[in-house]
Order: sequence, then C-alpha cells, then structure tokens
Amino acid sequence: MYIYDQYDQKLVDERVEQYRDQTNRYLEGQISEEEFLPLRLQNGLYVQRLAPMLRIAVPYGLMSSRQVRKIAAISRTFDKGYVHFTTRQNIQLNWPVLEEVPDILAELASVEMHAIQTSGNCIRNTTTDQFAGVADDEIEDPRPWCEIIRQWSTLHPEFAFLPRKFKIAVCGSEEDRAAFLLHDIGLQLVKNESGETGFHVFAGGGLGRTPVIASSIREFLPKEHLLTYLDAILRVYNRFGNRDNKYKARIKILVRAWTPAVFAERVEAEWEHLKNGPATLNGNEIERVKSFFTLPDYQTVDSAAVDAEVQSLATEHKAFSRWLDRNVRAQKQAGYASVTLSLKPAGVAPGDVTDRQLEQIADLADRYSFGEVRTTHNQNIVLADILKSELFELWQQAKSAGLATPNIGTINDMICCPGGDYCSLANAKSIPVAEAIQRKFDDLDYVYDLGDLELNISGCMNACGHHHIGHIGILGVDKKGEEWYQIQLGGSANKDAALGKVLGRSLSRDAVVDSIEKLLDVYVENRLDQESFLSTYQRIGIEKFKERVYAPAA
Amino acid sequence: MHQQLKAYLKDGQVIDNSYQLVSADSETLPVGDILVSADYWKANQQQLTEHSGNVGVWIDSHEEIEDFAGSIAAVPVIAINFPKFVDGRAFSTARLLCERYGYIGEIRAIGNFIRDQLFMMQRCGFNAFQFESEIDLAAASKSFNDFSDSYQVAVDQPEPLFKRHR
Ligand code: HEM
Ligand code: SF4
Repeated sequence: MYIYDQYDQKLVDERVEQYRDQTNRYLEGQISEEEFLPLRLQNGLYVQRLAPMLRIAVPYGLMSSRQVRKIAAISRTFDKGYVHFTTRQNIQLNWPVLEEVPDILAELASVEMHAIQTSGNCIRNTTTDQFAGVADDEIEDPRPWCEIIRQWSTLHPEFAFLPRKFKIAVCGSEEDRAAFLLHDIGLQLVKNESGETGFHVFAGGGLGRTPVIASSIREFLPKEHLLTYLDAILRVYNRFGNRDNKYKARIKILVRAWTPAVFAERVEAEWEHLKNGPATLNGNEIERVKSFFTLPDYQTVDSAAVDAEVQSLATEHKAFSRWLDRNVRAQKQAGYASVTLSLKPAGVAPGDVTDRQLEQIADLADRYSFGEVRTTHNQNIVLADILKSELFELWQQAKSAGLATPNIGTINDMICCPGGDYCSLANAKSIPVAEAIQRKFDDLDYVYDLGDLELNISGCMNACGHHHIGHIGILGVDKKGEEWYQIQLGGSANKDAALGKVLGRSLSRDAVVDSIEKLLDVYVENRLDQESFLSTYQRIGIEKFKERVYAPAA
Repeated sequence: MHQQLKAYLKDGQVIDNSYQLVSADSETLPVGDILVSADYWKANQQQLTEHSGNVGVWIDSHEEIEDFAGSIAAVPVIAINFPKFVDGRAFSTARLLCERYGYIGEIRAIGNFIRDQLFMMQRCGFNAFQFESEIDLAAASKSFNDFSDSYQVAVDQPEPLFKRHR
C-alpha cells in the first residue's frame, strides 16, 4: 500500500496543527458557530442528534494492521470502544468530544491517517473495488489512480468550497463493485485499441433525494490527462453549479439541466486550456505510485491438492462450507482467496465493530493477509491474499471473534443507515427494522436458498442507506408524525445500475417484515433454476409482488 | 454593501486602503480611487478614463468574466467579492484572471471571506485581503503559513509537487 514520504507526512501534521488552532479559536469565541461549521466538516466532524461524530478517511478502503490497531486504541481512549464502518469505506467514531478531536487527529497522523475532507462541500474520499489487485476480472489495479486522485484532491486550493459534496469512484474491473455510476464522477479504467490505459469518464451520478445514474461524458481519456481533466470538470461545477438551493446543488442537477452532451462540451472547452499543462501526469509519477501497489510474495501452490483438502474439510464441516460459499472469493492468483469478514451478525448495527474485534482483525491480517485490511462499501471487511490451505484455520479464528457470519451477499448483509436512533433528519428508525429482518430470516438454509439479495434501508430520502439501489429498498417516511416505510424493488448498483421502483403505499413497521416475506415467497414461486431475486423481478415485473403484498387479508 | 475599512492586507503587509466601492446604480462618482462594479465598468468604460483617481473593478462571485476580462487587463486593482465565505466561485475567478487572462495587478478579496481561507486564496492568486469586519490583521496573517507545501499546481506554484520533489 502507499507509504507517506516526508511531504505527505508534513501535510497531515500541519493539518492537525491548523485544526488544533481552529478548535482553540472556536472555543475562545473567536470563530463563530457558522464559520466553524465548514472548518470542522472539512475535518470530518459532524454534530449529530446525540453527540459529535468523527469520520476518518480510509483512502479507497485500504488499511494496514498497524492502522487498524491505532483505530482500536483511539476508540478505547477517546470513544466508547467501538467504531462504525461506513458505506464509503470510511470509519466513524460516534462519541468523540469536540475538544479532543485535535488529539485524535494527531494520533491518526502518527500512522499516516487523517480525516481531511471526509465531510463538507469538498472532494471526498475516492472509493474503489474492495478486491482491487486480486480480482479475476480486473483490467488494471485502480488503487494507484485512487492515490493519485487523493493527492490531487487533498487541500486543492480551488475546490474547498464547492456547491455541494463531491465524490469520485474508480472501477478497474469488468463487474462493478464500487457503484461508480452513482458518484459525481465515475472513472472506469479501459484500454484502447493500442492497449493503452485510459478512463471512460462518467459524471452526474448520485443517490440522495434525486437519485441519478451517471452519464458518459468522455469515452477515452488517456491516463496522463487524468488530473487536468478532473480540474476542468471541477472548475465547471464550481463556477456553474447551483448555490442557492442545497437540494439542487449536486453536479447531477447541473448535468441534467445542461444535458450530458452540453456539460461534456463545457468541460472539453475548459480542458482545452489545461490540457498538457504542468499538472499533466508523467510516467515517473505514475510508476512511482504504482510501485507501492506491487503484489506480495506469493508461494507456488499445488492448487489441485489444496482444493481437495479444502473440499474435504467443507464436507466435514457444514458451517465452514457455508462460509466458503458466501464469504470466500477466488483470486486471480492460484492457491489464494479473498475472505470477507462479516460485520453484520444479527443484533448488531450493520458496520459496527468493537475495539477488541479491530485488534483481532489486525491479528488475522498479520497472520494471513500480509498485514493488509480492506473496507467495503457494503460495510464489511475483506482480507485478501489468503493461502487457501489456511482458510480453515482463519475461519475458526474469525468465528470466535464473531466475524464469520456466513451471510455475505444475502438478505442479512444489509446496508442500513443510522436512522432515527441517531440521526436528526430521520423520518423513521432503520436499525430496528434491520434487526427485525435478521431475526425473521434466521434460518440459514432458507437464506442460502434465496441466494444473492441486496436489501438496503434508509431512514429518510437522503438515502444514506442506498435504498434506491437495493434489490429490495426500504425507505422511512413520515405519515402525520408516525414512522412508516415505503418499499422499492429492482434497484441495482452494478454495471447495469438501476434505481428501484416504488411497490405501493407505505407500510407500518409491523407490516414491513411480513411484506418482505411475501416478496420472497413470490420470488421463490416464480424463479427459474438458479435465477436470482433481481433477475426474477426483471423478468416478471412488479405486479405479482404488488398483488401479494397488498392483497386484502383472507 | 461593504464597509470602507481603512486597513487591509496586501502582499503580507498591513496597509491603508484608498479605494472606495461604487455600486452599479450610483449616479455620481466619488473623488479619489474607486472600485466600480463590473456592470458599471462595462457601461461607462470611456467616461472612466477621465476620472481623476485610480479606477479598479470589483466582480461579484457569480459574474462570468469571459466577456470582459480583456478590457480590465490594465486596471491597477481587481476586487472579487465573497457574498458568503462558503461561496467558492471566487477561487476559480482569481485563478482564471491570473492564469488565463494574464492579469498582473492587485487581486483583492472583499466581502465575507474568513482568515482560515487565506492559505488557499493566496494559492489561487489573491494578493490583497480586505476583511468585512475589523479583525487583528497581524494575527490573521499567520494563516498564510498553514502549510509549507502543496500537491497541486496553482498560481503561487506552477509545478505540481510530483515534478518538483519526486
Ligand atoms: C448520523 C447522521 C447522518 C446524517 C444527518 C446524514 C445526512 C446525510 C444527508 C443530508 C445526505 C444527503 C446528501 C445529499 O443530498 O447529497 C446524506 C447522504 C449520504 N450519506 Fe449520510 N448522514 C448520516 C450518517 C451517515 C452514515 C453513518 C453513513 C454511512 C454508513 C452515511 C452515508 C451516506 C451516503 C453514502 C450518502 C449518499 C451520498 C450520495 O448521494 O451519493 N450517512 N447523508
Ligand atoms: S438516510 Fe436519512 S435518516 Fe438515514 S442517516 Fe441519512 S439522513 Fe439520517
């Protein structure tokens, strides 16, 4: 992974001191509440219903075991001993004290971490595939490009006060695991006819109140022009994005208002001035950054023998076999696999882990995955580069740490926002709904039989829980002061990205779980062979589902 | 719209301001150095050559400078207004003036910007800072030095870090 040099380190150290001074001046009354707001947001500090929250950047979801241990220690010293993994691969502390945030940042800086631009109307953490570098369908490793973007966007002098927040995702594989079409800018690594790397550039995607799938604005951008082209997009947005109404301020509204074609023309016109300018990348820099993402020293493995051994253990241990099915993924390197540690056991808010578990994750990483830990946008943890011959051992240890729930990609692997329990904007609670669903569907055989199913829950239309792109989406709505829920079907975050359709009138909390069960019944009755919930829905349409859920009680 | 404060920061020094702001609808011009609105400038550019004091132009954050940037190249001061400090358009405007239109005179920030923006403002080409309210300018100047280096290309540093040090 990327290692800071003196310049990177100095910058985060200076940022800590800048923020310490800002906090002091705020506490002394020299900075007003209104002025402090964007300053603290740009350092990840929200003030929420119950307490401030601090969002820590995990650049493109990559951490070392040393960093994970530091997070564990911070959560013990400065918080209540647990942290939350977010849908943008970051980490959140739920109960920090405003006065202590500068000290937390100093602790982070000591392990090359920070909270820069994790919130506020600026360029946020760039996200990517959790299987980067090991995925068998990879065109090129997206992480060096994410790091190049991280450095360019960090304290960019022109774009610290944008109309609204700005998110970039990079996809380097055939299948999309970064939801890149739902970002302000989505970059897809592609090769042209001569085999040169470039980017297919998309703009104007996003969730929130007005969910939009990004539009293609340039089919091939040669790699050396990445930063000048990003400068051009951001400058057009900074100058012409709506600043009067925060609900119309995302770049998606500008792209839509101008049309993608006109937006693309304006960007190209701006880029004409910047193209080939000093910010143009050179081979030196690209190679320098790539050199940090080299592959570990793989052993040569007798694949057939190992596979047979794993297979025999699986036959012996049903629970292990389930975990292999759901939580283990093949890699392009023979003899190795990637493991997803589930942060979604029943009864725990999705994405929450304790300090002790963080340390156990760090230990597992040191023992099995070259000390490297990855966070996912589904709020789980991935350990890559696991020798297949060590899978069984790893499974046993992960299991005793409560991290081996074999539910990845199933209905119980939900994305769920904090909702009414924590968030002042909520229409309805979301965590209790997630729990009720996990309790209801606790029969593992049934859950496996259902197969791949994404269920996402947001407590209001801000869509932090990505309900628009769940195969089943649940949205909290307010009905005369009561908490109700709307169900949507057919959303998808993959390359065929689609937004869910509303099933019908909203339901009371009591009715939600029963209705989900009815939806699943319709699926099971109608599916063909191995067809997934989403494919069945796409084939048969929404009507059958609707009839069943809203049928008058017999 | 703006108080006419006496002192402001220019090139790191606290100095006296001699310019008065003139809004677009004002009928008469004050004597002495003036900053006229972009609209006033566009409508009265000829008459302004006869003004006895220095004439600069102030631009509001939403104004697109493309259609008149050429005509203001020789004025001694261009001021850019921050209606709210979170309105980041002025950062782009300043860079465009310097980098695209080759403006070499004073670029002065006016309006609601705050001290904690000084580092980035200077990077984008602002070299003068006229705060809306009275503040300790010497203390505020510390914010120019918040960082000792930067990754990106900007007006103050035309080469990116990766070409200078790596
Ligand atoms: C606890 C209080 C929280 C509040 C008040 C809050 C508020 C918001 C708001 C207002 C938006 C809409 C932004 C827009 O209109 O563009 C939003 C979007 C979002 N939030 Fe949160 N949020 C909270 C927590 C979280 C957490 C814990 C996560 C991660 C698990 C999260 C992830 C997201 C994501 C992914 C989006 C979607 C951004 C997009 O449009 O692409 N939020 N949030
Ligand atoms: S979706 Fe709504 S309720 Fe949920 S965290 Fe976001 S703002 Fe709060």
